[in-house]
Amino acid sequence: MKLSKLLATAAAIGLLATTAAKAGDVRIMWYSDGVEGQVFHDLIDRFMKSNPDIHVKIDDVAFSTVKDQLPVQLAAGNGPDIARVTSLKSPSNYWLDMTPYVKDAEFWRKNYGDQADWMRPDGSKAITGFMTQITLTGGFVNKTLFDQAKVALPGPKASWDEWVAAAKKVAENQHVPYALALDRSGHRVTGPDISYGANYITADGQPAPLDKGAKDFISRFVAWSKDGTAEKDVWVSAAGTTYRAATDDFINGQLVFYYSGSWQISNLASKIGNGFDWVAIGSPCGTQSCTGMPGGAGLVAIKNTKNPADVAKVMDYLASTPIAKEFAERTLFLPANKEVVAGGLDFKTTDSQVKAALNAFVKASATTDPQALKLPGWKWSDAYYGALVSRIGQAIAGEISLDEAYARIDSDIAAKVKEVK
Amino acid sequence: MQETSINRDETGQTLPLRVIGLAMSVIDLPLRALQRATGLGGMAAFFLLPNMAVFTIFVLVPFVINFIYSMTGGTEIFLDHRVFVGADQYRALASCANYLDVNSCVEDGFWIAVRNTGWFVVMQVALMVVVALTTALVLNREIAGRGFWRAVFFFPVLLSPVVTGLIWRWILQRQGLLNSILYGLFGWEPHNWLTERTPAFIATIGVSIWAHVGFYALILLAGLQAISKEIYEAAEMDGTPPIRVFWRITLPLLAPNLIVVLVLALIRAVQVFDEVYVLTGGGPGTSTMFLIQYIYEKGFASELRNPGLAAAASILMGVVLVFLTLAQMAASKRNNRKEDR
Repeated sequence: MKLSKLLATAAAIGLLATTAAKAGDVRIMWYSDGVEGQVFHDLIDRFMKSNPDIHVKIDDVAFSTVKDQLPVQLAAGNGPDIARVTSLKSPSNYWLDMTPYVKDAEFWRKNYGDQADWMRPDGSKAITGFMTQITLTGGFVNKTLFDQAKVALPGPKASWDEWVAAAKKVAENQHVPYALALDRSGHRVTGPDISYGANYITADGQPAPLDKGAKDFISRFVAWSKDGTAEKDVWVSAAGTTYRAATDDFINGQLVFYYSGSWQISNLASKIGNGFDWVAIGSPCGTQSCTGMPGGAGLVAIKNTKNPADVAKVMDYLASTPIAKEFAERTLFLPANKEVVAGGLDFKTTDSQVKAALNAFVKASATTDPQALKLPGWKWSDAYYGALVSRIGQAIAGEISLDEAYARIDSDIAAKVKEVK
Repeated sequence: MQETSINRDETGQTLPLRVIGLAMSVIDLPLRALQRATGLGGMAAFFLLPNMAVFTIFVLVPFVINFIYSMTGGTEIFLDHRVFVGADQYRALASCANYLDVNSCVEDGFWIAVRNTGWFVVMQVALMVVVALTTALVLNREIAGRGFWRAVFFFPVLLSPVVTGLIWRWILQRQGLLNSILYGLFGWEPHNWLTERTPAFIATIGVSIWAHVGFYALILLAGLQAISKEIYEAAEMDGTPPIRVFWRITLPLLAPNLIVVLVLALIRAVQVFDEVYVLTGGGPGTSTMFLIQYIYEKGFASELRNPGLAAAASILMGVVLVFLTLAQMAASKRNNRKEDR
């Protein structure tokens, strides 16, 4: 090993928590949005009982750790053996091709093939992991507040403007601080952008400059944030590309309309309980479509693992149809496994709101725009999302004008493309 | 008093002392041999070696690697996978159409961080010195519970910066303690003090002073206690007014300690990061994003990360810190010379 590599590795080891693997050790980096961590621990405990030669250690971490620290660990040649990630495509050269190690590669291709391109380099046929859940961004509204304000919920084809106007009326009537909130995330802004006709990808697969469609929604959102309609705090409470969710404000009844995604369903159900009635409404419409952004969290094997066979054994177990079905039913997540989908699901909940919300997202998935379907498997998505978040945050804070924000988004993405090339 | 003879030898040494003496003579042999072979200069080098090794491994080598990093491009971590780009990263950082308008700079984030850090240093250090001096003057007086008050002012210094940031975030956020007090007393509507630019910036200065003032007050207190009481007694006998005593006696005699406090506070202010990162995350927008956060985000935490640019920014910041450290060393030397005279 060259001196520079040795020194960089030593530095990385000093800075980051890393693992030295013994035979049979499998380390998983896992984050949770809701109850899925408990379910996952339970499934892994059962695996270890029937496979005593494999010791699985789960590192429960915050989502920000996966987002900010894992990429650096991977680049330094370290990291866990398996990780649950939402950024699947751009770091895909760090994922392990498990094809030689899995029990039945055909099972993987058949059941998880639709999302395989999301988590492998362009042109590759590798089996690198599977989606633990399929998600779709969409809105939730506090129905109790709507009822108390005697404002009717806008219909299924209602536009963003109509939803925001209705939510604003409710917030004013009920003296609730915020009518609308979007998580501080480029992914969250992208669904509405596409609904207004945005296209991020050029014909040759490169990032396109911000177009009129994207600007149409971004200008609306910034205006709503500045006039107090949308919750400004989430977007200005950090600099750079830091992720912030507005979930707590919705759970605490401080928010009328929360635009997040299907992964929040179990979290909302468990934390709101009987506090108030809430409903999922899919995605409001723009001028072109009414789309949310598909995505989800994938469990991927890491190339640097010392125990690829053990890793594949754990992954075979977790991806298997009965386990994937149990995981989906207990976590209230939409599964990726085709056999599970075909066999039907019996979600473990008696909460009618949860079942209605799941149905609403399934229904909304039918209106997903083809542009939105391309993005999870596009290598520049993360760069685009990062630029959107940091510059929209600055525009909302009043540091730069909208035009400056648009120009900066384009130049940030161009700089990233140049740096990677 | 009768002494036991078991633990003492004829020279009166106890057993532990004899063991230590024996150990020292064992160590002494090779050291004498080394001194004979290398002379006194060699011995000095020998005793400096462990310290120099630690310095080399943990300071010098990382600095050199960082400097080389700053001359490379790409997103890879390992140096041998990175592309040599010469001074491009420095050029990118320095490239501005108008240095008075950060938005005209290619790397606007860097200049925003420089501007924010500059303002922070000027305001925080000035206030810090004033507050620390006032605190030290009060704590130096014969007040009731003086020991208790000294502990109270020093306590925040012992807290982890993350804890400090979290405590103040809970106080200042919309549903925090401050708003509930203001609502209870005056019926004021809740306000998020951390999402408006000016209040957030003031909060970072205030929290930083709260967290560190005890340390600087302690240095000044030591200086105040070193001033001879006789000088004050003489001034009192002359009927000198207290304000004149402060300006003509206390302040000049405290100057060496004040310079140390000033330089230490400057260095610490340039390095501000942890408690502010927890408190505001650099927001609203980038209003409280300081240099270290910019370097951290560029290097590690952003989808738009660029380790070469982060390395170049940290080298530039290192140069500033070297100047400040030299200033501190010069000030210390000047003080020592004064004391010698």
